[in-house]
Amino acid sequence: MSLIARHLEANGITTLIIGSAFDIVDHCGVPRYLHSDFPLGNPCGVPYDTTMQHKIVQQGLDLIERADEARCIERTPFSWKDELWRDDYAKVDQSNSEELRLRGERRRQQQLADRKAGKTRVAMISDT
Amino acid sequence: MSEKTEQKYDVPYMERTRDFYRAQGYDKDYQWASFDDVPFQRLDKALSECTACVITTAMPDTAEGRAKRQVYSCPSEPVPDSMYTAELSWHKNVTHTDDVASFLPLAQLEQAALSKRIAQLSERFHCVPTEYSQRNTREKDAPEVLARCQADAIDIAILVPL
Repeated sequence: MSLIARHLEANGITTLIIGSAFDIVDHCGVPRYLHSDFPLGNPCGVPYDTTMQHKIVQQGLDLIERADEARCIERTPFSWKDELWRDDYAKVDQSNSEELRLRGERRRQQQLADRKAGKTRVAMISDT
Repeated sequence: MSEKTEQKYDVPYMERTRDFYRAQGYDKDYQWASFDDVPFQRLDKALSECTACVITTAMPDTAEGRAKRQVYSCPSEPVPDSMYTAELSWHKNVTHTDDVASFLPLAQLEQAALSKRIAQLSERFHCVPTEYSQRNTREKDAPEVLARCQADAIDIAILVPL
């Protein structure tokens, strides 16, 4: 998505990314980024919390208005209900190493089948 | 990684992804895009005069959207009840995507238009597939999305990756 934002911006469209993967967006370099410090999936706010969701978009609009140079990054003031999710994402340890190895084998077989079937669009990351 | 913590820190997604795929037997690490130069288009009119558009990595929750990963455009109103997110890497152990407003800010921007914070929400929003191939994104999807945004004469794009 960062590449899309860069392309739009380079062609005259003002962009804002609202996301939850700080390191990936920051590494790429984008014009404006509003970071929601949440598990991946709900960058616009906790599901069904419409008040929070409106506030996050309002902050995004404020950021668009205020930004005067590229790499303008802000964070929302909101937190998830706990912090346990941070250690959980894409966890690799002894408890799942064999499962992941088998998953990789299945995935490579599927990728081979996809290529034979002419599928060329492969998802960036999945199965986490 | 074996002990759960209550500590607050930015999750190192690039590192986690690398380790996750190494554990699956992939020996070539993904190279994340990185640039020194970042384009910047200053807003050249008042926000209250701007047409805003939403761009998402979710696909339409239709037979085609579930089967084929490509750029789609969908009406912004009525807000869809659901989007197809199953193939994306959001944090499935701890949350869900049943509430589209949590990742597709159409209702929020409609409200912003009603309160005259923006002029209007674009009549359609766009879906862009996440792609292993950065070349596909740069050379196929990005120009396609740009063309659609230009056709809709939008001023600002709000991009929300899941």
